[in-house]
Amino acid sequence: MIRQWIGHFIRHIDSILLATVLMVLVVALMVLYSASGQSMLKVNAQLVNIVVMMGVMLLVANTQPQHIERIALPAYLLGLSLLIAVALVGDISHGARRWLNLGVTKIQPSELMKLAVPIMLSWYFSKRESMLRTADYVVAGVILLVPVLLIAKQPDLGTATLVFAAGFYVIFLAGLSWKFIFGSAIAFGAALPILWSMLHDYQRRRVEILIDPSQDPLGAGYHIIQATIAIGSGGSTGKGWLNGTQSQLDFVPERTTDFVFAVFAEEFGLVGCSLLLLLFTIIIGRAFIIASQAKSTFSRLLAGSIAATFFTYCFVNMGMVSGILPVVGIPLPLVSYGGTSLLTLGLSLGLLMSVQSHKRLVATD
Amino acid sequence: MGYSTELKNHQNEQHKFRVRLVFLVLMVLSALSALLGRFYYLQVFRYDYYQTLAENNRISIVPITPNRGLISDRNGIILAHNFFVYTLEITPSKTDDLQDTIAELGKLVEISATDLKRFKKLRAQSHTFESIPIRTHLNEYEAAKFAVNRFRFPGVELKSRLFRHYPYGTLGTHGIGYISRINENDLKQLKESNQLSNYKGTEHIGKAGVEQAYEADLHGITGFQQVEIDADGRAVRVLSSASPTSGNNIVLSMDAKLQEIVEHEFAGRRGALVAIQPKTGEVLAMVSMPSFDANLFVDGIDYDNWNNLNNSPDKPLINRSLKGIYPPGSTFKPFVALAGLESGKRQPPFTISDPGYFMLPNSRHRYRDWKPSGHGAVDMRRAITVSCDTFFYGLAVELGIERLTDFVRHFGFGEKTNIDIQGELSGLLPTPAWKQKRYKQPWYMGETVIVGIGQGYTLVTPMQLAYATATLANSGKAIRPHLVNAIVDAKTNQVKMLPHTVADQLPLNPQNLDIVKLGMMDVTRPGGTAAAVGANAGYDIAAKTGTAQVVGIKQNEKYNEKLIAERHRDHAWFIAYAPAEDPKIAIAVIVENGSHGGSTAGPIARKAMDYYLLGKVPVDPNAAPVPETTVTNAPEVEEEPHD
Repeated sequence: MIRQWIGHFIRHIDSILLATVLMVLVVALMVLYSASGQSMLKVNAQLVNIVVMMGVMLLVANTQPQHIERIALPAYLLGLSLLIAVALVGDISHGARRWLNLGVTKIQPSELMKLAVPIMLSWYFSKRESMLRTADYVVAGVILLVPVLLIAKQPDLGTATLVFAAGFYVIFLAGLSWKFIFGSAIAFGAALPILWSMLHDYQRRRVEILIDPSQDPLGAGYHIIQATIAIGSGGSTGKGWLNGTQSQLDFVPERTTDFVFAVFAEEFGLVGCSLLLLLFTIIIGRAFIIASQAKSTFSRLLAGSIAATFFTYCFVNMGMVSGILPVVGIPLPLVSYGGTSLLTLGLSLGLLMSVQSHKRLVATD
Repeated sequence: MGYSTELKNHQNEQHKFRVRLVFLVLMVLSALSALLGRFYYLQVFRYDYYQTLAENNRISIVPITPNRGLISDRNGIILAHNFFVYTLEITPSKTDDLQDTIAELGKLVEISATDLKRFKKLRAQSHTFESIPIRTHLNEYEAAKFAVNRFRFPGVELKSRLFRHYPYGTLGTHGIGYISRINENDLKQLKESNQLSNYKGTEHIGKAGVEQAYEADLHGITGFQQVEIDADGRAVRVLSSASPTSGNNIVLSMDAKLQEIVEHEFAGRRGALVAIQPKTGEVLAMVSMPSFDANLFVDGIDYDNWNNLNNSPDKPLINRSLKGIYPPGSTFKPFVALAGLESGKRQPPFTISDPGYFMLPNSRHRYRDWKPSGHGAVDMRRAITVSCDTFFYGLAVELGIERLTDFVRHFGFGEKTNIDIQGELSGLLPTPAWKQKRYKQPWYMGETVIVGIGQGYTLVTPMQLAYATATLANSGKAIRPHLVNAIVDAKTNQVKMLPHTVADQLPLNPQNLDIVKLGMMDVTRPGGTAAAVGANAGYDIAAKTGTAQVVGIKQNEKYNEKLIAERHRDHAWFIAYAPAEDPKIAIAVIVENGSHGGSTAGPIARKAMDYYLLGKVPVDPNAAPVPETTVTNAPEVEEEPHD
């Protein structure tokens, strides 16, 4: 009876996704142990986070996409009102207003929007299916840009970028005209020099440092220089687990969270990096396959957006740590320490699995 | 129809979606390839570069400064040692606002105007990334007070440093010397001598005296600690270390008590005294008055103190015993006498009748004797005893300037004594060749006349005169003078005695030597020019007085000390050795503007000999701080019979 129930419960799990994710999580725990200065406390805390993530993943995987469609609008509106609340009465921390103090707990509404926005957009496009007009893309643009601008204003450029990316992927996959895409890209490119000339010197300096941190080796550039040294000195096979000098001696900043990849790269070298990239590629690839096989518009837009967003996380984080992208505070999915990030990932993976296991049900409906 | 259209639409939709998806997949693949390429570039292509950077990042070499060797006198009294003090130091480049930091620090611990002046001076001399002391000698309470508040002061550190200390302050400073902060010049020299790495953690270096001359022995070998550091520069663990080797201890030939007695006997007058052990060349005392407190230099001397010392008309910073050059006056006579005897120009029975002046043939110029009425019948021995000028005028002329100078050069006149510390001057022994070169003028006979009594161009340092006296006392065997007796290895405690170097060995006829020595002994006996100095000594003193003119006196003018300003009075010389039969100590004293050698310089020499030979310490209400020790050379003298 119970076994039947469990069997029913786990049949919605996608084994390829789960296996790959578990492998990455094992690596993540090892790196966390090393990066935290061999502290079991952090490892245990992260294990709890993982358990929560797995629970959420299972729950969502067992939820039909239609039920998720139903909460798209309420979730989006809730997120939006919370964002407005943050802008008005949010707590300030590190010079930015991101948190909403609910008395018992603090929440970060921008985190919720990472999924609420693509769900909302996927729902909108599935509603407008087969009668899409240009005006619908304008509406979609408003749905996307209002929360993005609110988040950017906090200011939290990293999250704003990610929310924008997640929403944009939906709009792109929904068939946004190539003309518009290229047109706006060219327009933006043309406007860049004008925008640049409008900036103050100190603002330009900040942008310059954002793009090339090595211009400020003792300030913003310090982190990225030390991270690059960590990666480079790892060599092809790495210095070995727990033996990364850059990481163990505190040279790598934020080494359990945003810069955890530098620790991994130093200790496991190019071999380790390649394997991790491969695991990420499998996850992204599997997500794309799920998207391409999905039968409903909502499912495939959402799955495609999740796949692309997951990739964006990986790329931006590793690109930042290895010094080819500007420093924006984005964690490495599954590897960085922290419950919020894992929770969002659990939801995303659950959504993917739900789409995959309910595709026939959708088709035969 | 409717169904198939919908299906068709659906398939069409899915196709369009898949095209878009492929586009995304391509984007993903190219981006991930770019990442992989970046990793390859960093981890394989530039591996060596980053590997080196990482090594440099984590390993830091921390020098461990060795303890500087101690300096003690011949009896083991410590004259220079080290002790730990807390200093508060600021690294200007690490502070946000230097003025503000100092002001805030001033609220915690007292920072005096002198501290500030010294800080400013040091800051002007050093780089901004060097830490500079703002306060030294913090007490435990002050140190603790700062430690608690340290977080408020980035760039300010509490350091525990070894400080050099000279417990007797001004005592023997010119000989012992002092250390001071390493400056650009020192760095250049260290670089040239390949010593820079050994001075990595060292901040002070010997600047004068034994501290300077024996720097290599005193400094020791710097140890190193290879430490792994974190990003903040804190040491995490020690990878390897080499402990420092302390500097060797140095035992001086100087007798601190003797030095102190002499300095005290100068009683505020300017001058110098050098006492040498004739058989060994050991310098027992090297006094230059006034002296100064060497401790002032250790922290970096402040502007006011420096100005006071540097601009004082008494010139305390100058080591008169090595750098003071004066005409030897009559103290030159015993050496001229020996030249006359050894050359055969004077035989013992030779006697003159002194009218009170000397005249060269074909000249009307009178070279006056110090005693206008003359000394009557004078032979060689008496000429020394009464310091008869007329006798030596004639002798000098008969010897000729070249023969005279050639002979006395063996006693070290006109040349450096090569004592083991730096900075001595060579004085001057004039010759016709020298005059031609220096003034482009021929030598005049009259100049030879006055060289006979140690005037004219002749110049000596007190060290040279003491050395010459010691050589005479040692019957012509010249031993190079030295301030350091032994070096004690810091590790093994092995004592390395420094050898006594024979600098010159004059084969002198003992009979000639006796005449001069007896004449000098008579000087301290009734009838001699320094009879009072020898009174009730209990041992025989061979001596000679002298005066060095400061201002020339015209032909018909009389020297009247009461009418002459203090600084224009003659310098008083006194040379002596004792016991005369078996010399243990040879002394040269000069008291600047002291007028009479017998009355001002002589008593100082007597006090020195009394202490050194008999262990007598002058009764002084301001009891001296240097402890008395058994004088190692005294007892055997007492056992000897004296007249």
